[in-house]
Amino acid sequence: MARAVTTRRKTLTTLAAWGIALLIFFPILWMILTSFKTEQDAVLSPPVWFWFDWTTENYVTVMDRANYFRFFMNSVIIAIGSTALGLLIAIPAAWSMAFVPGAKTKDLLMWMLSTKMMPGVAVLVPIYLIFIKLKLLDTHFGLIIVIMLINLPIIIWMLYTYFKEIPGEILEAARMDGATLRSEILYVLLPMAIPGIASTVLLNIILAWNEAFWTITLTTVDAAPLTKFISSFSSPQGLFYAKLSAASTMAIAPILIMGWFSQKQLVRGLTFGAVK
Amino acid sequence: MKPTFSALLGATGLCALSTGAFAETLTIATVNNGDMIRMQGLTADFNAKYPDIELEWVTLEENVLRQNVTTDIATQGGQYDVLTIGTYEVPIWGKQGWLASLNDLPAEWDIDDLLPAIRGGLTVDDNLYAAPFYGESSMVMYRTDLMAAAGLEMPEAPTWGFIRQAAEAMTDKDNEIYGICLRGKAGWGENMAFLTAMSNSFGARWFDMDWNPQFDGEAWATTLDFYLDLMNNFGPPGASNNGFNENLTLFQQGKCGMWIDATVAASFVTGADSTVADKVGFALAPDNGLGRRGNWLWAWSLAIPASTDSMDAAKAFVAWATSKEYTALVAANEGWANVPPGTRTSLYANPEYQAVPFAQMTLDSINSADPTNPTVDPVPYVGVQFVAIPEFQGIGTSVGQEFSAALAGQKSAADALAAAQTLTVQAMTDAGYIQ
Repeated sequence: MARAVTTRRKTLTTLAAWGIALLIFFPILWMILTSFKTEQDAVLSPPVWFWFDWTTENYVTVMDRANYFRFFMNSVIIAIGSTALGLLIAIPAAWSMAFVPGAKTKDLLMWMLSTKMMPGVAVLVPIYLIFIKLKLLDTHFGLIIVIMLINLPIIIWMLYTYFKEIPGEILEAARMDGATLRSEILYVLLPMAIPGIASTVLLNIILAWNEAFWTITLTTVDAAPLTKFISSFSSPQGLFYAKLSAASTMAIAPILIMGWFSQKQLVRGLTFGAVK
Repeated sequence: MKPTFSALLGATGLCALSTGAFAETLTIATVNNGDMIRMQGLTADFNAKYPDIELEWVTLEENVLRQNVTTDIATQGGQYDVLTIGTYEVPIWGKQGWLASLNDLPAEWDIDDLLPAIRGGLTVDDNLYAAPFYGESSMVMYRTDLMAAAGLEMPEAPTWGFIRQAAEAMTDKDNEIYGICLRGKAGWGENMAFLTAMSNSFGARWFDMDWNPQFDGEAWATTLDFYLDLMNNFGPPGASNNGFNENLTLFQQGKCGMWIDATVAASFVTGADSTVADKVGFALAPDNGLGRRGNWLWAWSLAIPASTDSMDAAKAFVAWATSKEYTALVAANEGWANVPPGTRTSLYANPEYQAVPFAQMTLDSINSADPTNPTVDPVPYVGVQFVAIPEFQGIGTSVGQEFSAALAGQKSAADALAAAQTLTVQAMTDAGYIQ
């Protein structure tokens, strides 16, 4: 009897999990399906699901009209660059907050997080003017700095939470054995926090990849990433849903594949500390 | 290692040489419209004429483009050398001194050939600040077969009364045929473009001569009541979410008896994608006998920021893209039905273009709109379906949300008008128009 209940519960839980997963994944599935439809099939009401004339014409048109690989490379440079720079600043910051906290450390952490609540458009003009003065408009470096600053509070918070899980006595022992601060962080702390750092890196790459407001506003051609590529396929007059879906599928494909391959690491890291 | 190094050096040298082939690069911001995309495809013709000028296209969604170029031009960012902007921005930006005057384009460009209504909307203090790429008005597109089946004949210049009668006669909800499809989606360029133009024909106006909002007047109440009655009884379900593209889809699928919208839609509803392509007729936008029709006037135009470092190259490009020769080039490649419409008198005098079924109605619609004198009673502003002041985008969208909510049945017409009046008075007071 008990086994029957357990089996039924397991089945129900599995079904519910699949149902929720499908619900969450549905918009992406619908976008991928639409990308293989003609513009006419894409707007049919009631909609057609799988039984339509599959076509790759939208992908051909998208590739024909825009230099996908230039946008893609810009996205890669900005996502990886901002993440690397963010880690460089966040690791020492999180170390000091976790192992040598001051009286105002908690307040500082909360203040950092509160900057995420400010809408970007509120500081658009000052940042734009600074970029003009420093000649940073449409440059990779300018975007790496901005995206890094946007995501820095999250990186510091995540690393701080992971570092807090590590007993301070281990670091003390390393110091007793003569380790310098650099060696202590590099050879003792970081190896123990690898799962947390990996998930922080992955999450930050995803956030940087998806950031649209600043990447669209501060670029024109040379540093324009995939968010700008997608934006060019929406139209105020005329049908565009199928082509827009193809462009969006191409834009999210790299990050989707990366997420797929690293999901174990991502989940392990996330459940290890920060959002446990 | 050595051969690899040499190959890399060679490749770098080639790249440098290929970059150096162009003396100047123009960055052009544009929207993703069929005509604009076609222009990008014809870049080779420009390159053949101007081998020293390289074109870099930045194509964006309309609202994103508006935000990007506004930020850039207001801060003198200099990211773009040529901008695609609408009739709303030109008078405001021209007055601010942000745009270069185009009065000195070459004589063969023929400024006097521009349609007077379009040229007037792009001119400030006798300076032409943008060259029209394509112009549009709005008109009635209707199903000739459904009209005949209803026993009615569409006049060339219908009244709103006839439109209601025809909508009622053509509606067959059991077969998903709706007598009329109109914009309902909230936005200053969505439902408010249509409703503002419509209100002109009902004798309404946004402001009196002292900039006092007029939503508490009888004319706006009549306009909104008529619109809601028409749409609630004979319009498609969920119309409060419908903009240009949604109505285009409905019409192309044979679900609309009439559609009043942009004249550029004519090429779509009679094109290969339409299931009713051979059953479409055209008429002027309706009136109420008050001397104003419910049609708007818009032009997507090419302008040059005053701060560009490539003024001569930018002017060469603008002159090429908006010339008679460019029109002929499109006609030779894509046919006359696909040339950018609504900008030049000579196009409508061309016998080959006159054969296009919607050509004459487009011209008549454009000519019947007067952006400098858009309403029955006098107004202090320019613009048919908008008010050319910087605050209008925000106010227009907020009022549009109220009217869209009324169409969705979330509030009454009276409540929507009262809310529109309150928020507009507040915004105009904050902006200093009302003391």
